[in-house]
Amino acid sequence: MAKYTLSVLVENRSGVLSRVAGLFSRRGFNIDSLAVGVTENPEVSRMTIVVNGDEYTVEQVSKQLNKLIDVIKIKALDKKDSVSRELALIKVNATASTRSEIIQIVEIFRANIVDVSKNTLTVEISGATDKVEALEDMLKQFGIKEIVRTGTIAIERGNKYIKAGNTEE
Amino acid sequence: MKMTGAQAMIKALELEGIDIIFGYPGAAICPFYDALLDSEINHVLTRNEQGAAHSASGYARVTGKPGVCVATSGPGATNLITGIATAYSDSIPMVAITGQVALELIGRDVFQEVDTTGATAPFCKHNYLVKNAQELPRIIKEAFHIASTGRPGPVVIDVPVDIQAQELEFIYPETVDIKGYKPNYKGHPQQIKRIAEAIAGAKRPVICAGGGVITAKAAGIMTEFAQKCGIPVVTTLMGIGAIQGDHPLNLGMLGSHGVFAANYAVNKTDLLILIGARVGDRALGTAEKIAEKAKIIHIDIDPAEIGKNVSTAIPVVGDARLILEELNSVISRCETMEWVGEAERVKAERTAGKERAGVKETSGTLGVNPRLVISLLSGRLDDKAILATEVGQNQIWAANSFIAKRPGAFITSGGLGTMGYGLPAAIGAKLGSPGSTVVVVGGDGSFQMSMPELGTIKQSKIGVKILILNNTRLGMVREIQKSRYNKRYSQVFMNDNPDFIKLAEAYGFKAERINADSQIEEALDRFLGDDSTYLLECVIDPEEPTI
Repeated sequence: MAKYTLSVLVENRSGVLSRVAGLFSRRGFNIDSLAVGVTENPEVSRMTIVVNGDEYTVEQVSKQLNKLIDVIKIKALDKKDSVSRELALIKVNATASTRSEIIQIVEIFRANIVDVSKNTLTVEISGATDKVEALEDMLKQFGIKEIVRTGTIAIERGNKYIKAGNTEE
Repeated sequence: MKMTGAQAMIKALELEGIDIIFGYPGAAICPFYDALLDSEINHVLTRNEQGAAHSASGYARVTGKPGVCVATSGPGATNLITGIATAYSDSIPMVAITGQVALELIGRDVFQEVDTTGATAPFCKHNYLVKNAQELPRIIKEAFHIASTGRPGPVVIDVPVDIQAQELEFIYPETVDIKGYKPNYKGHPQQIKRIAEAIAGAKRPVICAGGGVITAKAAGIMTEFAQKCGIPVVTTLMGIGAIQGDHPLNLGMLGSHGVFAANYAVNKTDLLILIGARVGDRALGTAEKIAEKAKIIHIDIDPAEIGKNVSTAIPVVGDARLILEELNSVISRCETMEWVGEAERVKAERTAGKERAGVKETSGTLGVNPRLVISLLSGRLDDKAILATEVGQNQIWAANSFIAKRPGAFITSGGLGTMGYGLPAAIGAKLGSPGSTVVVVGGDGSFQMSMPELGTIKQSKIGVKILILNNTRLGMVREIQKSRYNKRYSQVFMNDNPDFIKLAEAYGFKAERINADSQIEEALDRFLGDDSTYLLECVIDPEEPTI
């Protein structure tokens, strides 16, 4: 099944997240990830929802989301025409003998070491999902103690933007 | 003006033109009920909160205005829920007001606390938990706007008891501006043009009219459209009344419990024009199959209904009345003479076939023919009369034998199929349209679900005609068990029903029981004799089939 990225502008009010999440579960839609945060307008939050499904599903998701009064605008983002990122914090086993090798890998990925202890390193990486997964894969050999990942956030390239009120460009 | 939250709620209702509300008090809604004492608003005390919601729904259906129901927190709110879900399924405008425990106690599982907004979210158009009394005027204004515009539906306002007592400066907003709610009414001109072209090219077009036609007040214009082009019309259960019941182009109700002619037409069509119909499984379970042979036009105010259950060649989002007005101005008569003739012939043959088989179509010999009762009743009702139904066999007998003379004459729970809907809905309908004769048809099973509402009828002194088709069975379920579960009948017997006549008499209502077709006419004379409540029980053969 393909993955689709939806940008959803919603009222920044309590209860909105549960309305959106509830809609997904009761209509049988699968959320791959959901990230939410406030926008430049404090009254408006933006959700980035990655949906698993086909075109029919995405159309249904969009239409049903649009019916929620608190949803202001929805746009499906084109993969080629947008930039998407997620953030991960990975705590990996590190001994005196493996530490420098891990640091090298981290540098290759342009990731950062954000915490260090006698036997662990915590790595921060941001990037598209496949990049995060690639680093995770590389770090597995040292023993990953813990991973925390955010959902994907995405934004359109160039002059296009999504705003409550008027549309892009 | 300074006032309390409760006073503001009442004031806002008055400003919305609400003169009647249905409800049941309780601790968490007491400030509201206290403020109500100083208002002219008429309050109907029901016997269960569910009755209040259904009555508000019946009231909304006949007046077109949102019905208002009120309940307390916890069990009051949960009892409302079936009524809210019923209204949501059938797109009925409703504002439900619930009390809630004090704001700072929310989340502590205190007495009669339930997450009302969480519980109702899946089946209401929108809901609010009021956290500041100052927000009440805006919220109530928005609630009425949302409930009654676009595709109508129920809106819930949950008001903590301390917010009802909190003071605020009352300023009622004149307009509503909700960023995420801008219903689209005008159909896209390009799409309307495409419809006109499709109709011009069609040989066997059919209109399928749903409840949306009635809601949009588009029944007249739709009939005009059908006549102008020469297109037969089938209706869904909710669409009954969208075209005169005895109109020559009306083929009747379609679907699993519909009539042959209607199903024949949709299976033979090359252009199916869905208007305000959501392609429900009971009406168009084989929609995709039909779409393989026919082009589908779908006119609906809710964009989410289009393409949900059937792929659509020409979607048009907007108000059915506005779209049909546009269409009528660009369309001319189509080459459908032959097709209309064929459809009318099929309809006539089936009707004649039924008549040849005798009025009595039961396989048994007992009791009264329910179809005959409905059709004789139908013949005696005037243009203003309203028929409400319960759910089950009684509903289908009524749907297929009642001749609706105008939109809004037939009130039923279509989408949710809520037993116990009919009686309280009839109460609301009668209060919404006091000049109309209001009849409720129910089975012995569904009638007993809302039977306590007889107390509401008595106390509110209204006249509702109650027709019980008593086959001492849950007939519809029994029929499923008969056909699909090898006649293994499970829990469908109600052989020890109470004496409905004595029951009615206990409430001071006139009542009688008949058990033969020969008694129907005279009984109906007495039944409809005056405006008072009357219970007529018809003994029905348990073997009597639905169709």
